[in-house]
Amino acid sequence: MTTDSKSPRRFISRVVQDLPKSGIRKFFDIVAGRKDVISLGIGEPDFATPWHICEAALDSMESGATHYTANLGTPKLREALADYMARSFHASYNPKTDILVSVGVSEAMDIALRAILEPGDEVLYHEPCFVAYAPIIKMAGGVPVAVPTCRANEFRLTVEELEKRVTPKTKALLVNYPNNPTGATLDAKDAEEIADFSIRHDLVLISDEVYSELTYEGDRTSFASIPRIHDRLIFLNGFSKAWAMTGFRLGYVCAPAEMMDCIMKVHQYAIMSAPTPSQAAGYEALVNGDEDICAMREEYRRRRNFIVASLQEMGLDCFPPKGAFYVFPSIQKTGLTSNDFAVRLLEEQNVACVPGTAFGVCGEGFLRCSYATGMEQLKEAMERIGRFLKTI
Amino acid sequence: MPEFTKDPLLQLLRQNARESDEVLAKQLGLTAEEVRQRISEYQREGVIRGFQAVVNTDRVEDDIVRAVIELRVRPEREGGFDRIAQRICKFSHVESMYLMSGRYDLLLFVKGKTLQDVANFVSARLATLDGVLETATHFMLKTYKDNGVLMEGDSHDDRLQVSP
Repeated sequence: MTTDSKSPRRFISRVVQDLPKSGIRKFFDIVAGRKDVISLGIGEPDFATPWHICEAALDSMESGATHYTANLGTPKLREALADYMARSFHASYNPKTDILVSVGVSEAMDIALRAILEPGDEVLYHEPCFVAYAPIIKMAGGVPVAVPTCRANEFRLTVEELEKRVTPKTKALLVNYPNNPTGATLDAKDAEEIADFSIRHDLVLISDEVYSELTYEGDRTSFASIPRIHDRLIFLNGFSKAWAMTGFRLGYVCAPAEMMDCIMKVHQYAIMSAPTPSQAAGYEALVNGDEDICAMREEYRRRRNFIVASLQEMGLDCFPPKGAFYVFPSIQKTGLTSNDFAVRLLEEQNVACVPGTAFGVCGEGFLRCSYATGMEQLKEAMERIGRFLKTI
Repeated sequence: MPEFTKDPLLQLLRQNARESDEVLAKQLGLTAEEVRQRISEYQREGVIRGFQAVVNTDRVEDDIVRAVIELRVRPEREGGFDRIAQRICKFSHVESMYLMSGRYDLLLFVKGKTLQDVANFVSARLATLDGVLETATHFMLKTYKDNGVLMEGDSHDDRLQVSP
């Protein structure tokens, strides 16, 4: 990028100037301002946050809890998180030293990477993936190394592909299952193999499991349940997806104490502490919110069944995702690129889906459809997509 | 036979009874024919007793007055509350009725054309029944939520239209 010597842009760092604009953002600009759009492009729950959780935040404000908390988060919330990790993942974390409450998983990811990376360290991550991974690695001084996943493996990360890209400079491996944008999950065997890979090459394993509670089939597979990687695992999760709390901006990091006290330094200097009313809400969610998750998960599961059956009926190849709230159908047989398909679908039928390429090069030929949208909208969207397919 | 309350088909019908069999089938991984069969089975068994719309009556000019009536009644030596309850619930004024624990025995949701109509129903029909000891009538002024559905405000989605 060339910069005019008088432009204020000259003050901006090279790293940040060179970051690409998110593919999602580009698509957002195209969608913005259109009327009667049905959006399957939304990466957050459509459910309202359960009211008892909101009420806990209001109550905390009423009782004057509007100041900083301990850097790691309130002891009460950390203890509830330790219990939650034990009952959900059979993982043992000390609430005093191993758990940090963050501003969403986004901050958690940022501080984890900044704590571990030296300039030039390589970080393996799989594509298609959440749009922020590569930029956030770069901003932390690292070098992102994408590892492709494919439809044939239902977008599961394989050690075979990892081995091709690991180098002496590889410091960490970043994984996200259940996955945004594909809805893919790992089974226990996959996770064991990836865990062994991280031991073999002495890597830090960062696992973003923010969709973990939205697993529709089989047991939840978590890296936190594998004791032999406990000393190299940075586990990230949050409240946004499980309890429809995106706006509360609340997540958490679990890591061994010797790593955590350094991750905490980054958090302490950059953030201080996560929002106090949000922490009260998070506590309420953990202690009294199991049923909320069940109800939402069952609703997502039925929508998933509907959308997969409908897409397959239209002749689009689409594997039934086992987690998150996305389906990732292939549109290759239409002969259109992901971007052309998504733009034409929007222009001709007013349905917004995100082209697979927004999530990595190997997303070409696919489309991310979110089913975090009510059934009425989903039904209409499926009809419109069906009409669109007949015109191409 | 699946446990009633846990049957997702019943859950879906309670959310939206007008949903087509085809869409229900796709959501549940069944065929439309299976859905039709199970619904008629439920109807035969008397589990499903009807399909109604949830209407915000405040927005319909139907000039109907609604009231909640608490009734204290004397239970009978044989049959307890059931005989008198069966008599009362057959009145067309009574929309819903429950046997309750606590200070009173029967709780009635009643509708009438006017305040006077409801008042007459209570004084002429209910209070005079042998076994009715006491009535307390509360007229409804406004509906906030009915059958799990909020009556105020239109649902709108203020999320960003596309997000990561």
